[in-house]
Amino acid sequence: MSARIVHIATNTFREAVRDRVLYNLIAFALLMMGASILVGQISIEIERLVVINLGLTAVSLFGMVIAIFIGIGLVSKEMDKRTLYTVLSRPVRRWEFIVGKFCGLAGTLVVNTFFMAIGVFLALLYVSRHLQKPDTWVLVALYFIVLQFVIITALTLLFSSFSTPLLSAVFAFSLFVIGSFSEDLRGFAAMAKGMSHWLATGVAYLVPNFSALNVISSVAHGQPVSGQLILFNTAYALLYAATALCGAVLVFEHRNLK
Amino acid sequence: MRPSQRITVTASLLLVVCLAGSAALLHRTDQLRAGATLEEVLYVSSPKMLKRMSLGYDGLLADIYWTRAVQYFGKKHHVGAAHYNLLAPLLEITTALDPRLTVAYEFGANFLSPQPPNGAGMPDRAVDLVETGIRANPDEWRLYYSLGFIHYMERKDYAAAAQAFQRGSHAPNAHPWMKLLAAQMAQRGGDLETARMMWTATYETTPDPMIKSNAVAHLRALQADEDVTQLVAAIERFRERTGHLPVSFNQLVTVGLLPEVPQDPTGQPYRLMPDGRVEVRYPEDLPFIQKGLPPGYDSSVPKVKPEPASK
Repeated sequence: MSARIVHIATNTFREAVRDRVLYNLIAFALLMMGASILVGQISIEIERLVVINLGLTAVSLFGMVIAIFIGIGLVSKEMDKRTLYTVLSRPVRRWEFIVGKFCGLAGTLVVNTFFMAIGVFLALLYVSRHLQKPDTWVLVALYFIVLQFVIITALTLLFSSFSTPLLSAVFAFSLFVIGSFSEDLRGFAAMAKGMSHWLATGVAYLVPNFSALNVISSVAHGQPVSGQLILFNTAYALLYAATALCGAVLVFEHRNLK
Repeated sequence: MRPSQRITVTASLLLVVCLAGSAALLHRTDQLRAGATLEEVLYVSSPKMLKRMSLGYDGLLADIYWTRAVQYFGKKHHVGAAHYNLLAPLLEITTALDPRLTVAYEFGANFLSPQPPNGAGMPDRAVDLVETGIRANPDEWRLYYSLGFIHYMERKDYAAAAQAFQRGSHAPNAHPWMKLLAAQMAQRGGDLETARMMWTATYETTPDPMIKSNAVAHLRALQADEDVTQLVAAIERFRERTGHLPVSFNQLVTVGLLPEVPQDPTGQPYRLMPDGRVEVRYPEDLPFIQKGLPPGYDSSVPKVKPEPASK
């Protein structure tokens, strides 16, 4: 990887930390502690279930919010502060700037998820007194959540390369919601006929597939995740993120920055 | 080529390749996870909890669950499944989310009540579903019709069927068939003529092509059953007259016991067997017949793939 991309990625990570992004970990820790103590007092036999469901949902939502709200400012903030011109006046290509920004935010989200994962496992340990073998699937669910972040980060960057921050946030959030129902969307497409079938199928394959990346409910019930699904999901997330990044590079490459 | 052009070309090519790759992977993932969405949605099986979780968008969620129920039924029906375990919960969730979604009660009951592989074989749950629908939508005459239909077809409870048709006949805009059916059911519940009237009413009152074609299949089956009964009677009369069985239907026509060589409702000639039985030529084309089947023929195993649910 180009050293320039690494520099931009590192600076993006530092900037996110300076913006106190990681402060969300405090809120997350409080949520997990509160839930673990409370659920032990008010429910029977579903402590593990609640901690996994609540913990992984919180990891996903916190990360999504960070990915969207940091992602929308990655390009526009640099333009507003005029720092983008300083960066691009050096031997840095526009695509390197985009890829560097993507790597920086994705890295921030990985670090953030790592700490939240520790919180989830500590809460699990507290309610169950010991970790069980099926808890390893929680790690797979966390990995899938990181893959979701990779996709949404690339998409947010794509939108922010041509739109305002507010609209970018709306687009990214909408795609997150639509992508969460993508399997239903493909089901609707399969049932449609004629022209609408092809149109719906096209849309269904174009929107990101977050359904297959959400295994929270099944791992909460101790269901294993197949190795093939892990492989397919990994390849899919990387290819989809690469598609969105290529789109962002194309738009940014031709954007008039004057 | 300038560096900027080179980046544009490379990024464009990469975009197309990655998009095609991700679509192909998505297709493979869907094959890998067939039915996974349904299993996952039923981890939250409480309709009340789902209604709260929908944050007021319960109408949309009900539409999604209804579509899932139809897809589930369609897929199971397509492979001639013997079990439809998730169907009833899916329908109950759908109707709890949107109690006014009358199509879910009406069609849902049609999915639930027939015996497998034509349905889930749960007539009692179908009755519960439609009764719930009637409580939420007392003016929908079609729901009373569905209720009467289940009582008649699956439960053979002709009094309950007559009562359901009678109740429905008082609903606003009720179809005139409802009063006729109530009267017919009360007088001659188990008759062939009543069955024919039921399926004719179904054919004439439904706008749905799938239900129409199902009604036609049942009407054909009734006709074939009646034909076989009459043909067997004619063969018996021939045997009484001549002391032996006929070798072809032409002999029955010659002696005036039949006006012509008989054909089944699909246009195929009936087969006269050496032991005097009458069989239909292609039983798979007449899926609901009870008479004229070859010995050992299992009508519960579909010989032709039924059409998946399209609604």
